[in-house]
Amino acid sequence: MEINLKVAEAPTRENRLGSISGYSGTLRDAAQKAGCGGLGNRERCFNQASLCNAGCAQGMVCGILDAAVVNHAPVGCTVDAIGASVVRKYLGMMLGFEPRNAQFVGTNLNENDTVFGASAKLRAAVIETYRRYHPNAIFVSTSCVSGVIGEDIKSVIEDLKPEIPIPVIPLFCEGFKSKIWATGFDMAWHALLTGIVKPPQKKTNVINFINFFGSEKRQITELFAKFGVEPLFLPAGTTVDQLSRMSESIATVSICGTLGTYLGNGLEKQYGVPYVQTLRPHGITGFEEWLRGIGKVIGKETDVENYIAQERARVLPELEKVKQKLHGIKAVVGMGPGYTFNFIRVLQELGVETIWASAWHFDPKYDKGLVVEDLDYLVKNLPADIPFSVSDQQNFELMNVLNTLKPDIYFSRHQGTTVWALKRGTASVCVMDEYTAFGYNGTLNFASMILDAVTNRSLANNIAQRTKLPYTEWWLNQPNTTFLKKAEV
Amino acid sequence: MTNLIDQPRYVCALGAMQTVSSIERALPILHAGPGCGAKLSLGLTERNGGQGSGYISYHIFPSSNISEKEVIFGGENRLKETIENALKVIDADFFVVLTGCVSEIVGDDVQEVVKSFANAGKPVIYAETAGFKGNNLIGHELVINAIIEQYLKPAPVVDKLVNIWATVPAHDAFWYGNLIHLEKLISEIGLIPNTIFGPRKGLKAIDKTPQASFNLLVSPWVGLKNVELLKKKFGTPFLQYPVLPIGPQETGNFLRTVGQFGGIDASIIEAVIKKHEDEYYYFIERAADTFLETRSIARRFVTIADSHYALAVSRFLVNDMGLFPAKQFVIDGIPDEYKESVSNLFQKYNHGIQAEVEFSSDGQDIHEQIRKTNYYGRPLILGSIWEKVLAKELMGHYVGISMPVSQRLILDRSYVGYDGALRLLEDIYSVVLETSI
Repeated sequence: MEINLKVAEAPTRENRLGSISGYSGTLRDAAQKAGCGGLGNRERCFNQASLCNAGCAQGMVCGILDAAVVNHAPVGCTVDAIGASVVRKYLGMMLGFEPRNAQFVGTNLNENDTVFGASAKLRAAVIETYRRYHPNAIFVSTSCVSGVIGEDIKSVIEDLKPEIPIPVIPLFCEGFKSKIWATGFDMAWHALLTGIVKPPQKKTNVINFINFFGSEKRQITELFAKFGVEPLFLPAGTTVDQLSRMSESIATVSICGTLGTYLGNGLEKQYGVPYVQTLRPHGITGFEEWLRGIGKVIGKETDVENYIAQERARVLPELEKVKQKLHGIKAVVGMGPGYTFNFIRVLQELGVETIWASAWHFDPKYDKGLVVEDLDYLVKNLPADIPFSVSDQQNFELMNVLNTLKPDIYFSRHQGTTVWALKRGTASVCVMDEYTAFGYNGTLNFASMILDAVTNRSLANNIAQRTKLPYTEWWLNQPNTTFLKKAEV
Repeated sequence: MTNLIDQPRYVCALGAMQTVSSIERALPILHAGPGCGAKLSLGLTERNGGQGSGYISYHIFPSSNISEKEVIFGGENRLKETIENALKVIDADFFVVLTGCVSEIVGDDVQEVVKSFANAGKPVIYAETAGFKGNNLIGHELVINAIIEQYLKPAPVVDKLVNIWATVPAHDAFWYGNLIHLEKLISEIGLIPNTIFGPRKGLKAIDKTPQASFNLLVSPWVGLKNVELLKKKFGTPFLQYPVLPIGPQETGNFLRTVGQFGGIDASIIEAVIKKHEDEYYYFIERAADTFLETRSIARRFVTIADSHYALAVSRFLVNDMGLFPAKQFVIDGIPDEYKESVSNLFQKYNHGIQAEVEFSSDGQDIHEQIRKTNYYGRPLILGSIWEKVLAKELMGHYVGISMPVSQRLILDRSYVGYDGALRLLEDIYSVVLETSI
């Protein structure tokens, strides 16, 4: 299914890409079945609390400095404003803009509203938000309740046009709509592409850099300057004006394939901005391929090769020393699909063997029908196949696997998921920052982090001796697939 | 004032999942959307005092993770299989099904589904906690009422046994320390405390609840419905002490009131108070130099906090520390029926001092008011993480005490009683000293 900016909202990943949230098998099996369209989803008849696409959708737009979010929802759904504010202050400190609270409010839907509707309330909330923050754009996000009671968001927004002289853009992200919460990213990108981005007036030397928090802004800005281009880290920390000119950029890259597919391909389709689809810049191979990909698009191949040669000479000898100590370590990885595939590759480079990998969901392809290149690389280059599951962050399945395999180390990336491996005595490292293992220095740091974690296991050992996992013995001795239904192809 | 939630300081009724998970080996089962567990829990725990997982967390909570299918066809079967399998997979003693918005709007008959687990071998109960019904403090009351109605059985009364109900677990990042300190205080005057939250309590403590000779509610309003229901169901009398006691004046009053209600000899109570006050004033005498001679602190303070902390902290700072209350903001979504009684409690400080009080959920509006207020010097701001930036802007002194306390790690810290008051003074004046060097 093509990206279509004429419709109100992005189709879900299930419908658009055939993405799934339940599978157990191997990496090559999944890739092969994906290729011939036979990779059906396996539903679960037991679930633990997961995430919803509203978090991903709102999480993207609430980092835009001069925008505001009005969440048409009961009070609980607006709780992410707290996290958004914490992140915003952190970003302000790291990236050098004024630290302030997020502009993220909620309409506080109550019982009456579920019966009589709340269009007037939404209207008043948007007007008041404009009055108090004078934002340059307002995103109106939806919720399960606004969806189920059939609130007509589009009409409310249409009626507001004469009163509010800025873009007011719907962000459709009802939590029940998609099992793949990464759909929320697409919803946010759809809102940007349809409500913010303008046709180009000129061409610039800016590279759109789709990412989460931009912690390597300084390093990458210096690096790109060597090649005469300038990164625009987005969306967090940008302005509406900057985002409106994404169409003028020379190229788009994304720190994560899962994150960037809709925006990268959408900008390419609509405005001809090339989306650089390569391995992601984690580890040495990924970084070099990524940088070469950028070099090719901007016509700086020679400069890139010189830089790579110079950096290799500087960092690789030290990295080799650490790698020798990592040889033979066995790992389990549990992250979103983009990072799972990337980090299997990074670990392999470092001599760490991944004995099981789990991705929270699985995209058989990206938009424009592009192959998931990080997965493709693994299928072609790994010496052996890897047991692999798609697990929607289901802790019980992961703990079952960890309990069976007893790896030396577990790699996580999401909040609240790391501690469980630690409790069963597995050294655990959370790849919290998206620039972990970025480039030469990042890879060296990451290798050292692994070595430290497996060398000093004190916390893991201590906590494991004194705590019990909240699972029955029965469950820990079942196959991890016990609650997966048959695949629906 | 608007209805807008700007700067959320509570979540929705389903946030009561944290009330359940604060009971040892109790497990909330969510009949809700896929994101409800993580969103609400993160706000109430990890982003509030760094309260993390424990034996269970939202990653463990079974959930029907409602999708489009259940919206259209109903989710009763989905809930049934979720409960069935939760009983097999999770090693817990007490299962509490909590409903969210969607299941209540589509009209799933949760009571019927839960009834079918009457012979499951472990208690399975439910509470209807749809997010549109109210906030998590209301949700907390709904869960406790569900336990009282669906689980508790009459039992013979044990003399001097007192159930303590105080701040709401997780929502109040200091809940655990508060309970420990309240338990300690009433033990010292000869009563036997029983609380149901935290380690080594669990079902055993819940089972003891109907045995209490009285229920002690230390709260301006949250929990009143629970002790009323306990009275109705088991005839247990209750004492509501509306102020979380911080510092010698309130704590002394607290001990006298509770002791008298519990039939404790006045001489025993006075001896306990004397011992604590002597200890307490040893430190105050020493610290008074700092209180008096620190250049930067004014005498005016503002709280932007839930009813518990706005009252408790302002009483302490006025009545024990001689500071002066500017307008106080109560931000816990207090129901209308309690506004007058709670408002009156802000009119009864020593020396006839009164504080203006406003009930609001609109943080940005509160900030606007604070910006326009003259504090006659650098204000002391006691609030949540939302006030951090404001305090910086106003060159104020800032301590986060009320949900969300995202900038602190809170383990067993508490501001209750005599020790608690010392901790609060350490925290406030460390900020003052930090900003004066």
